Amino acid sequence: MNIPLTIKETQDGLKSKKFSAVELVDAYFSQIKKYNDEYNIFLTLTEDSAYKKAKEADKILSNKDIEILSEKPLIGVTASYKDIFLTKGVRTTAGSNILNNFIPPYSATSVLKMENAGAITIGKANCDAFAHGASGENSDYKATLNPWNKSYVPGGSSSGSAASVSANMSLVSLGSDTGGSVRQPASFCNLVGLKPTYGAISRYGVIAMSSSLDTVGTFAHTIDDIEIIFDVLRGQDGFDGNVIDFEKKSFDKNSKIKLGVAKEYFGKGLDSEVEGKIEEAIKIYERLGVEIVEVSLPHTKYGVSVYYIIQPAEVSSNLGRFDGIRYGNDRSFFGDEAKRRIMLGSYVLSAGYYDAYYEKALKVRTKMVEDFNRVFSHVDAIISPVSPSTPFKLGENASNPLKMYLEDVYTTTANIVGIPGLSVPFGFSKNELPIGFQLLGPRFSEHRLFEIGRMFHKEINYKPRVAL
Amino acid sequence: MIYTPIIGLEIHIEPNTKSKMFCACPQDHFGKKPNSQTCPICLGLPGSLPFTNREAINKTIKLGLALGSKISEFSKFYRKHYFYPDLPKGFQTSQKDEVLCLGGSLFGKRINHIHLEEDAGKLMHVNNQSLVDFNRSGCALIELVTEPDFHSTDEVLAFTKELQLIARYLDISNADMEKGTMRLEANISMLNAKNSNAKLPDYKVELKNINSFKFLEKAINAEIVRQESELSKGRKIIQETRGYDENKKTTFSQRVKEGSEDYRYFPEADLPPIEIGELKIKNLKLKIPELPQAKRERFQDIYKLSKDYIEILVSDLNRANYFEDVIANGMKQPRLRSLHSLHSFAMTVANLMINKHLDTDYPEPAGLARKIIELEDRSYESAENTEEAVRQVLQTNPEIIKKYQNGQTQVLSFLIGQVQKILRGSGNPKLIGDLLKSKLEK
Amino acid sequence: MSKSKLTKSDVLHVAKLSNLKLTDEEVSRYSDQLSKIVDYISELSNVDTTGIKPVYQTTGLINVLREDEVNTTNILPTNAALSGTDNTKNDLFVVKKILTNN
Repeated sequence: MNIPLTIKETQDGLKSKKFSAVELVDAYFSQIKKYNDEYNIFLTLTEDSAYKKAKEADKILSNKDIEILSEKPLIGVTASYKDIFLTKGVRTTAGSNILNNFIPPYSATSVLKMENAGAITIGKANCDAFAHGASGENSDYKATLNPWNKSYVPGGSSSGSAASVSANMSLVSLGSDTGGSVRQPASFCNLVGLKPTYGAISRYGVIAMSSSLDTVGTFAHTIDDIEIIFDVLRGQDGFDGNVIDFEKKSFDKNSKIKLGVAKEYFGKGLDSEVEGKIEEAIKIYERLGVEIVEVSLPHTKYGVSVYYIIQPAEVSSNLGRFDGIRYGNDRSFFGDEAKRRIMLGSYVLSAGYYDAYYEKALKVRTKMVEDFNRVFSHVDAIISPVSPSTPFKLGENASNPLKMYLEDVYTTTANIVGIPGLSVPFGFSKNELPIGFQLLGPRFSEHRLFEIGRMFHKEINYKPRVAL
Repeated sequence: MIYTPIIGLEIHIEPNTKSKMFCACPQDHFGKKPNSQTCPICLGLPGSLPFTNREAINKTIKLGLALGSKISEFSKFYRKHYFYPDLPKGFQTSQKDEVLCLGGSLFGKRINHIHLEEDAGKLMHVNNQSLVDFNRSGCALIELVTEPDFHSTDEVLAFTKELQLIARYLDISNADMEKGTMRLEANISMLNAKNSNAKLPDYKVELKNINSFKFLEKAINAEIVRQESELSKGRKIIQETRGYDENKKTTFSQRVKEGSEDYRYFPEADLPPIEIGELKIKNLKLKIPELPQAKRERFQDIYKLSKDYIEILVSDLNRANYFEDVIANGMKQPRLRSLHSLHSFAMTVANLMINKHLDTDYPEPAGLARKIIELEDRSYESAENTEEAVRQVLQTNPEIIKKYQNGQTQVLSFLIGQVQKILRGSGNPKLIGDLLKSKLEK
Repeated sequence: MSKSKLTKSDVLHVAKLSNLKLTDEEVSRYSDQLSKIVDYISELSNVDTTGIKPVYQTTGLINVLREDEVNTTNILPTNAALSGTDNTKNDLFVVKKILTNN
């Protein structure tokens, strides 16, 4: 069968009995069996529960009719989870040898919400160990390859999540975005990726990397699908005290949308092909009647530095619990990158350095928040690159951690400031590698970003494509 | 003695909340089956997040208000990092800057601050193994830190006992040392009294794991003796943590501190900060009952009871309340009013409670009041016998009489008690009081 | 040129704080890599932050508090709490012997 690439087509097919959920799951698993060993996308498959859930879906769909969608908006939708989402009874490794045998006694809120909405869990996706990385190469379970070209990285750290969707092994996937770990792999794999507002989706049950930056992100082929999942996932759960319930904000039909272009985002370090693609996107928006406004975010250039202080500091703290006493292996099992970040974090927090690094970074963070507040007082969203380049080759940045960190230059700011970012796929480079751009908006403006992205995809008549 | 002890206290109190500090597991862990009261949060499982208990904050603020602390308008939690097997997350969620309560005092001893944190699990050493129970992990824990204002074990005891009583009056904790709901650490050093431009000594020894008042007294005394003897031999005292060995009656070294620890504190981003408005403080103030010291003074003023009786009643809020309920009930009854002044009735009630434990026999205050009428209505000793007893008592207590005549009128209760003793409790208290007074005031 | 040099002893100190044991090779490699990174992030000293308050959380939320109630549904049965390790005894976690002088 031809696997459909959107939630609507999937559910239409199920409702019209074009195929059953069991047949659909068959199709995904046959794709996985064909390619997974080669691309290292899944670490654990949940075949039994997937078939059970599929049978349940078939039963529900044969008994009830259309109304089921309001109750179970994700019925029949296959989902993979980055292996830092805890799944009760199903091994969760965080991509690290520390947890190679860890079977969690509870599930992440977002996994429960997905499953309650009818999603069928396919398995647990590979990732950079503890979500540290921008390429997937830091996984202790072999690097995931980019389904569009095996010599290239799929991006990271949600490498397996992105690859699972673009390799047609799952319709949607959940990842986590702490500094770009959803948006960058989405862009490298020709997918839509959402990094929500900090505080929109509960982080409970997602292995913490950096507590003030972590967000639960989503991968899908279309913005419509991202919106459906986002509305399933968002809202309080009684466990993440930073989450608030909020009303969906839409644009007034007659209002003119204003899109900001930050001059700081263009120039040195940006690949010319990527730059060209963004300029093309800006032209398309102009053609759509969107007003393009040049804006300035003067402190954005410090984003990587702020990020590589706050994030390792919080990493050093969050990884303290892995002592091998209650679960997992002892601390000697940490990989190279985890150790590097733990030590960098301990260093910037240690006596004598706290003020110069950690506290300083929090103050520059304030300045960045002020930059964005100022800009969002007169534009609806900002358009920017996701990554300074198209996907890079496996091993290309592996020996130079600082260079790898600079990959995050366009993505970290959204995490530092706590705002949403939507990675929008937009075609391919000369050598057939995916390129995308990102839309950044004020806190809780996700639904407006969806509208701005959707009008673009409609204009270019965007059609989802899978690599395999 | 040329050395003055300088002692500062760190007192931990487990508040009697229903649930733990940052999760909904039960706070009461005493005697529970090991590892039967944990959840992903307090067991430090990956992915779990803390969520602050409102009541733990309120109880801490109440303690601060009772001790005259300044309540912070803005407060937040920090992560305090260190590695220990009973600390599941590799950090303790605690407070550093912007703690809930600053300053305050009790019995003239200054309080530095009061903050709120979570407890660690319990580490046990059996044979050659260390074992951990995480039932206590994540329990709410109030920490009170004093200034080094104590100069004797008695001062420490008085402060600690009063704090325990206040905690009970406020209903924030039973503050039971034996059960570990109140724990004490004392920082002890000795100041050379000759060194008159007295700065604090340049060392301190932390005395830990003190789990009863008796133990506290012995341990601090032993440490004072040890330090004195070391210093008088011209030795320098090492900065360290020590415990107390009950058998050897000495303290022993537990851990030598290598400089100050680097806890790498930083604000806990998972917990939004706390703003405490004036209204909230006002509302909590309304919930603060009369505190023990005020009650002592009032009992003295109104009932003129002896110090011992007052202490016995005040040290148990339930008994103090019961006592006053009996008084209120009894004084509404014409029969008792005709027999008793407020003072003599108070004496009678206190006497029956303290010496005859009639409060246990009559759980309802009105019951005891009825019982008293019954007792009074039995024939009293004759006026003649009563007068004789009064005479005897006055003859054998010349010092007490002097005290009375010097204005210490509260000794009257003592004298009434003595007369009743002779009459085996069958004297008419009002008559005894009147007779005594008329003789004493001659 | 690295201005913010992390010496090997700095690395060892930080490793100790972090409860990590490093090989000699790791010590020298991290000394080199961390020096470069710290050198890079030191650019923040160029930003004037006089009078600026640090932001440690972006939500602006305050007083997010839980009512004081026990929720037994979230409590792990003892066997589930202990399920992550084989190293248990009488429902307790076994850890390396902690030294005390008692």
